[in-house]
Amino acid sequence: MSIMSMTAVELGSKIRKREISVEEAVKASLAQVKKMEVKVHSFVTVDEEGALKRAQKVQKLIDEGLISGPLAGVPAAVKDNLCTAGLRTTCSSKILENFVPSYTAEAVQCLERSGAVIIGKTNMDEFAMGSTTETSYYGVTKNPWNLEHVPGGSSGGSCAAAAAEECSYALGSDTGGSIRQPSSFCGVVGIKPTYGTVSRYGLIAYASSLDQIGPIARNVTDCAAVLEMIAAHDVKDSTSVPRKSYDFMGALVDDVRGLRIGIPQDYFTEGLDEEVKEHILSAAKVLEERGASVEMFDLSLVQYAVPAYYVIACAEAGSNLSRFDGVKYGYRAGHYEGLHDMYKRSRSEGFGAEVKRRIMLGSFVLSSGYYDAYYLKALKTKALIKQAFDKAFEKYDIIAAPVSPSAAPKLGKSLSDPLKMYLSDIYTISVNLAGLPGISIPVGTNKEGLPVGMQLIGNCYEERKLLRAAYTFEQTRVYERPGVVKMGGEA
Amino acid sequence: MEDRKIADKISDEMIDYVGILAKLELSGREREEAKADMERMLDYIDMLNELDTEGIEPMSHVFPISNVFREDIVTNGDGHEETLANAPLMKENCFKVPRTIG
Repeated sequence: MSIMSMTAVELGSKIRKREISVEEAVKASLAQVKKMEVKVHSFVTVDEEGALKRAQKVQKLIDEGLISGPLAGVPAAVKDNLCTAGLRTTCSSKILENFVPSYTAEAVQCLERSGAVIIGKTNMDEFAMGSTTETSYYGVTKNPWNLEHVPGGSSGGSCAAAAAEECSYALGSDTGGSIRQPSSFCGVVGIKPTYGTVSRYGLIAYASSLDQIGPIARNVTDCAAVLEMIAAHDVKDSTSVPRKSYDFMGALVDDVRGLRIGIPQDYFTEGLDEEVKEHILSAAKVLEERGASVEMFDLSLVQYAVPAYYVIACAEAGSNLSRFDGVKYGYRAGHYEGLHDMYKRSRSEGFGAEVKRRIMLGSFVLSSGYYDAYYLKALKTKALIKQAFDKAFEKYDIIAAPVSPSAAPKLGKSLSDPLKMYLSDIYTISVNLAGLPGISIPVGTNKEGLPVGMQLIGNCYEERKLLRAAYTFEQTRVYERPGVVKMGGEA
Repeated sequence: MEDRKIADKISDEMIDYVGILAKLELSGREREEAKADMERMLDYIDMLNELDTEGIEPMSHVFPISNVFREDIVTNGDGHEETLANAPLMKENCFKVPRTIG
């Protein structure tokens, strides 16, 4: 078995036992990056020099007994909207092409304190606005399962990098499905934790009330291990919530007896691909056979989540992205007349079309005269959606659902019709509105050989139930590697 | 419903006004596209008017978090060199911008 085809926890264990050195692990990761990047293009920036230097340091810390975590020395990748001191952070936008942060995001620091070696920054939709990673200024990322298809988005680079075995695990961020949907499209596991679980300090904000950082890896155990590293109360993020327990590995139990699972039948209406539907229902059946109770129910309000989301997310984006003005950092236009013209030109030349579209919509819904009709209405809808979930969780421990209406679409097919693309987030978006935890796990492949994921949604702070169900399901199947990895990887 | 068709009211003046708020300058084609996109999105968002939200409190945050305070202690030292290194233009340890006062 090659170093990069091991799970993160397996590799970490071998590093601890001195069977593999940190340098060997990092070199294997960088070699795989060289092999895969020409095909997949998961990264905006690869930090070869920094990673090799860091490997020496981490090895020393392990040898001295100063770090002993399960993933010490294991190579990781982080989405390019997480600030890394001294390492370019672009948000996949032209406007941040030369931005080198002076500090590191708290979630990344958590990884580093546990001995992670960051090998690079992964590609994404510009400012995390998109579902395909095609809006990146630095070129598209391709799906390792089929290079003619998108990896999903916005954390498409992180998911493709994990699937292509370029890193052992990655961090992504999820505002409306941006971890779960690309995880589903790339056949990996991704978790969007309960809002407030992982510090957002140093995450370049898209929609602050919905953004949450989470782990992406090739199995449930690795995701639980990473979540344990990054979940912590942080005084630097005023929305960070102190939790009673940060034990997630302990939830990895192969047993779902007594677990009550509800499937929203209003998710299984028109628009859902027949194959995806069958995969989800048969995966639920597997959990039922293992002792869970499974039944259909009406969640209600499903069609209102997408419009409410776009009002709220765009309003927050319009406000958050006002900081990009060409004054202190980032792109500044070459020609301008006066200060206001400099702002306008820098932003108009620096942002891509999708980002501008959302800033415009956000500015409109917050403008006087329309604030009540749109923004307040959306916040009230959000309250109703939260109530619908509260009601569901009175009866069920977990909601099982599709992640996306279909498997990964072909490259170049999505951006021409934004509204259609937005609608494809219908199953993931309400989870962000309600602040809930969600996980995407691979449940099979369709006739075209593309992965299909199942989403498990829990009540607030109930990641442990999700991990238990996901882990139990995972024990019933064998992990599948994408063709490009099998062909290009070491024998 | 009276405001059911706000989307139809996206005039050229409105797009210009939103452009001012958003600090974005849209070229001719971009402007037409923005108008069409926004009309279509707002038409779709108008679906929310079907919902009766009478008496529902707007929810800006899912958890009942009020102001969070902490002591204002500097923990991150002097980073002015790293910060200024990102400046598009600088002069004498300051960010340089176009003249703002006559």
